[in-house]
Amino acid sequence: MLGRRWEQDGPGFLSQENSLSSAAQSDRIVFEDVSKFYGEVLGVNRVDLSIPSGITSLVGPNGSGKTTLMNLMTGLVNPSRGRVSVLGVSPREPDRLFRFTGYCTQFDSFPRGLTGYQFVYSYLRLFGTASSEAGRLASQAMDRVHLEDAAHRQIAGYSKGMRQRIKLAQAIAHHPSVLILDEPLNGLDPLMRSEAIALFRELAGRGLHLVISSHVLHEVDVISDQVIMLSNGYVIAEGQIHEVRSEIREQPMQILIQCDRPRALAALLFEQGQVAEVRLHPDGRGMLVKTLDADRFYLGLNHIAQNGIGIESVAPADDDVLSVYEYLIGTEDSTK
Amino acid sequence: MSSTSWQLWRQQIYAVARIDLKRNFLTRRALWVYLIALAPVAIFAVGTLVRLRMHSYPAVEMDTRHFAQTFRTFYLRFVVFFGCAGVFLNLFHGEMLNRSLHFYFLAPLRREVLLAGKYLSGLAAASVIFCLSVVLQFAALYGSHSSGTIEHFLFHSHGWEQLAAYLGVTILACVGYGSVFLFLGVLFRNALLPSIAVLVWESLSGYLPPLLQKVSVIYYLKSLCPVDVATASHFGGAGLLSFFSFNPEPAQASIAIPALLILSFALLTAASLRLRRMEIDYGAE
Repeated sequence: MLGRRWEQDGPGFLSQENSLSSAAQSDRIVFEDVSKFYGEVLGVNRVDLSIPSGITSLVGPNGSGKTTLMNLMTGLVNPSRGRVSVLGVSPREPDRLFRFTGYCTQFDSFPRGLTGYQFVYSYLRLFGTASSEAGRLASQAMDRVHLEDAAHRQIAGYSKGMRQRIKLAQAIAHHPSVLILDEPLNGLDPLMRSEAIALFRELAGRGLHLVISSHVLHEVDVISDQVIMLSNGYVIAEGQIHEVRSEIREQPMQILIQCDRPRALAALLFEQGQVAEVRLHPDGRGMLVKTLDADRFYLGLNHIAQNGIGIESVAPADDDVLSVYEYLIGTEDSTK
Repeated sequence: MSSTSWQLWRQQIYAVARIDLKRNFLTRRALWVYLIALAPVAIFAVGTLVRLRMHSYPAVEMDTRHFAQTFRTFYLRFVVFFGCAGVFLNLFHGEMLNRSLHFYFLAPLRREVLLAGKYLSGLAAASVIFCLSVVLQFAALYGSHSSGTIEHFLFHSHGWEQLAAYLGVTILACVGYGSVFLFLGVLFRNALLPSIAVLVWESLSGYLPPLLQKVSVIYYLKSLCPVDVATASHFGGAGLLSFFSFNPEPAQASIAIPALLILSFALLTAASLRLRRMEIDYGAE
């Protein structure tokens, strides 16, 4: 299985991370050989991860284990084997964990009869926070997600997007340093999406750990510092997206080149022997190149550029989450 | 454990109980608990109306026995039993059905603290509802007597003492059955069959070997009732009523009260151990 090979061989992966000292583990979210079975059904299997600060996106099809990983981090489910720790704290110690962790779940249900404000306020009161402080933090969180006008309306009357926002307000109300967000952009309109993404980036910029699951891959691409790809309960790739892409050697790297003489450039590239395929753009001012050895290709291209062909731009065309997802997960799915 | 921890836990228990109290008293699910608590009041009130209509006024002692028998055989065994089932089974199972239990699990709360908060909110609600019912039953039963007779009964025939004792036993019943049903609610997804098993166990309590009798709530409650079974059974106590009232070796109050509290504490400890490993799995509900 491709994923297993990735787990074992990929760069920056777990074989290296396993040797992390406990001091290093105390500022990471760590999974050590974690498996979760729901009876006979596999949730996740043999997961080793070490998640640093910044935005980490969990990517994978439905049932791949994204929510299970998040529930394991927060103690909503217990591992069948292995160990999980969040900044050095076990999820089995909720009294410590949730002092610095917020979790926006996918569950679209709330305690009955509460207004949005009461929902956040009563959550903060569970911390043992004094009434006035809980009120202040609740109002602040409501403002942050732009629900101040609907704060004193029953949640039962909220739209899907408002319910999503009130969950987000609850998750951030106590100023956590770890924020786990399960499909946080679901149900949000485009304006709110962009505001939510800006909020995530701002929080990540302050050194928070944000773990986000999303099936909207172009958004993942925009917001993520690193990705974890899951398929059928296995982690099949993990790291910064261009590192992951460069390790997929079976799939030729696609590179977009804009230049004044694409036909001449194509001929020279073929002569160098690093090119598997070239497609000329219909406008006659560019081409898409496929190469199995990007490093050598770029060296050759530099050489050509110095010899008279004007090259306007060079950019990788499949160095993104969507392409990597298709190569790793789409390919696997299609082989079933 | 530091005083800061205790203070924090107290605040958290209060916060949990505050959320739950409203729900225990004011939701639709609480309605049938009110109905079941009012059933004996209605029965006594109808009896009193019939008496007034027929101008038949039995002696106060007769009513005292009547109340004692009803309290043991009907009120404790069925009304408080099923009422507590309604309140305490729902504390966790109801949250699972509403898919809102994760709300508590995502707060910085020890699960034991969560259990304590929910138990105390259930206990407060059940105690208020069922003690109120006892007071109303008293009023409904003795309401047919003249004011002089009632005054004599209350101040010179231990009437107030009896009422206080019944209220105390009712609260202890809520403590005991509350812990039983909270334990069952945490342990089982569907607690119907285990609840029936407990009902059967409690009903047969008087006929069990002495050691096993002590592993039942009703054994201690019967021991604490202010009017004893032998006296009460003179009043039409044959058949089914005697069967339920049978308590061959009652415990002294000084033993019964601590023993009942220990039994409840043991059940709550077992429930908290289970709760620590509980997972959120709404899909299977």
